[in-house]
Amino acid sequence: MLTDNPARKTSVSPVSTAVTFDQVVKRYGDHTVLDHLDFEVRQGERVTLIGPSGSGKTTILRLLMTLERVTEGVIQVNGQPFSGLPEKQLRRARRHIGMVFQQFNLFPNMKVLDNITEAPVQVLGLSRDEAAERARDLLDLVGLADKADVHPTRLSGGQQQRVAIARALAMRPDILLLDEVTSALDPELVQGVLDVLRDIAQATDITMLCVTHEMGFARDISDRVLMFDGGRVIESGPPERMFSEPEHERTRDFLGAVL
Amino acid sequence: MWDWHTAREGLPLILHGFGITLLATALGSLVAIVLGLVIAVLGRAPTRWVRLPLRAVVEFVRSTPVMIQLFAVWVLAPGLDPLTIGIVVLGLHYAMYTSEVYRAGIDAVPRGQWEAAVALSLPPIRTWWGVVLPQAVRKVIPALGNYVISMFKETPFLSVITVNEMVHEANQFGSDNFAYMEAFTIAAAIFLIASYPTSMLMRKLEKRLAH
Ligand SMILES: Nc1ncnc2c1ncn2[C@@H]1O[C@H](COP(=O)(O)OP(=O)(O)OP(=O)(O)O)[C@@H](O)[C@H]1O
Ligand SMILES: [Mg+2]
Repeated sequence: MLTDNPARKTSVSPVSTAVTFDQVVKRYGDHTVLDHLDFEVRQGERVTLIGPSGSGKTTILRLLMTLERVTEGVIQVNGQPFSGLPEKQLRRARRHIGMVFQQFNLFPNMKVLDNITEAPVQVLGLSRDEAAERARDLLDLVGLADKADVHPTRLSGGQQQRVAIARALAMRPDILLLDEVTSALDPELVQGVLDVLRDIAQATDITMLCVTHEMGFARDISDRVLMFDGGRVIESGPPERMFSEPEHERTRDFLGAVL
Repeated sequence: MWDWHTAREGLPLILHGFGITLLATALGSLVAIVLGLVIAVLGRAPTRWVRLPLRAVVEFVRSTPVMIQLFAVWVLAPGLDPLTIGIVVLGLHYAMYTSEVYRAGIDAVPRGQWEAAVALSLPPIRTWWGVVLPQAVRKVIPALGNYVISMFKETPFLSVITVNEMVHEANQFGSDNFAYMEAFTIAAAIFLIASYPTSMLMRKLEKRLAH
């Protein structure tokens, strides 16, 4: 259902880079979080960002979602400059990107279905029926077909997060950002959410940038793992190698602590 | 001494005044509720050129007594119908308070809600109208209701600019007939009868919105 997604097709363009960070600096006051950061993510690639607390993983995703502005440098999305655009163009550019938050952030004043149809109707201009159909398909995908008319506050954290995933996908983004999406969940609810994400990773060619402490999940879905420290990428590689024989000492220490 | 006959004679007049009181409260509240919302939302404008002048006006209006404002407009705009002046001035004055109430409600909407709206590319209008305001307003309805009630209790001020609201009419009837006791007893009773169900309604509303 997601594979014959028309939005997908447009992403098959000559440009094969989904995300480029070019000498990106992010400072809060005189605290430098990202220090001339360079990295690229190819279209369709699944990348997991790891690194110690405060190393800037969330900041990277927030910069991409335009929730923060770069201090210096350039971010490109699908080969187009993305940072520093005026608000109106930024809003158009943003549509290529979806984000799932640690705290779900569902709209409590809307039913589950309306949470999912809101943006497709208001932003993409879908009719209510089209949007509802799309939403029901997605609810099916995340295993919550029976919850369409419920208010999100009545759902468990795991269910809320699955709705949030469906809501992000309803915009058919090229790039999906996942920031510790299972960290706020009770342990027994984590697997359900990860399974949904695994399914999505399998069934679509959506580009994923994922921050997670779930190393098993990272190993399953990632093409590449990036290790951040001191505002830069200090090491990267396929998960098999990164997790079994990390080269950098900081990576070894970090993985030793979380694995 | 209490005279039933005089009381009966005064009742229609005072009830008519009560109608004016209700009208002033209803329309004044409408002004306060709509304008307060506009002020609160503009107070979040990205540019200082909107925010600062707005702050100044709000501070000015809040720091002068409503009675003075009524008089001032009445004197400065002699052609205007006093009831209209009353409604606008009361509404405007209370809008300064309701805007603060809305502001608190808007501030209480978690940042994650705004961020989710950005992540979905919702345009600002839709973010306000579809996401933030429904959550903010729901929280502040009881507080708004309390301002409506206090506006209701302040409508007698309108008598100073000759609006024939209830207290004005009671006073008039009392002095014409030397029947202040009857006139004001009736007025007080009407206030009481009107307030009781209103406060019951408010309590019910508060309970319903609590969860
Ligand atoms: N709005 C802000 N103002 C000031 N400093 C901030 C702000 N947001 C983030 N920071 C700082 O930036 C640094 C990087 O934060 P970030 O949240 O990106 O780290 P992280 O890698 O996601 O960490 P964690 O694993 O704990 O989530 C931290 O030192 C943090 O305190
Ligand atoms: Mg983080």
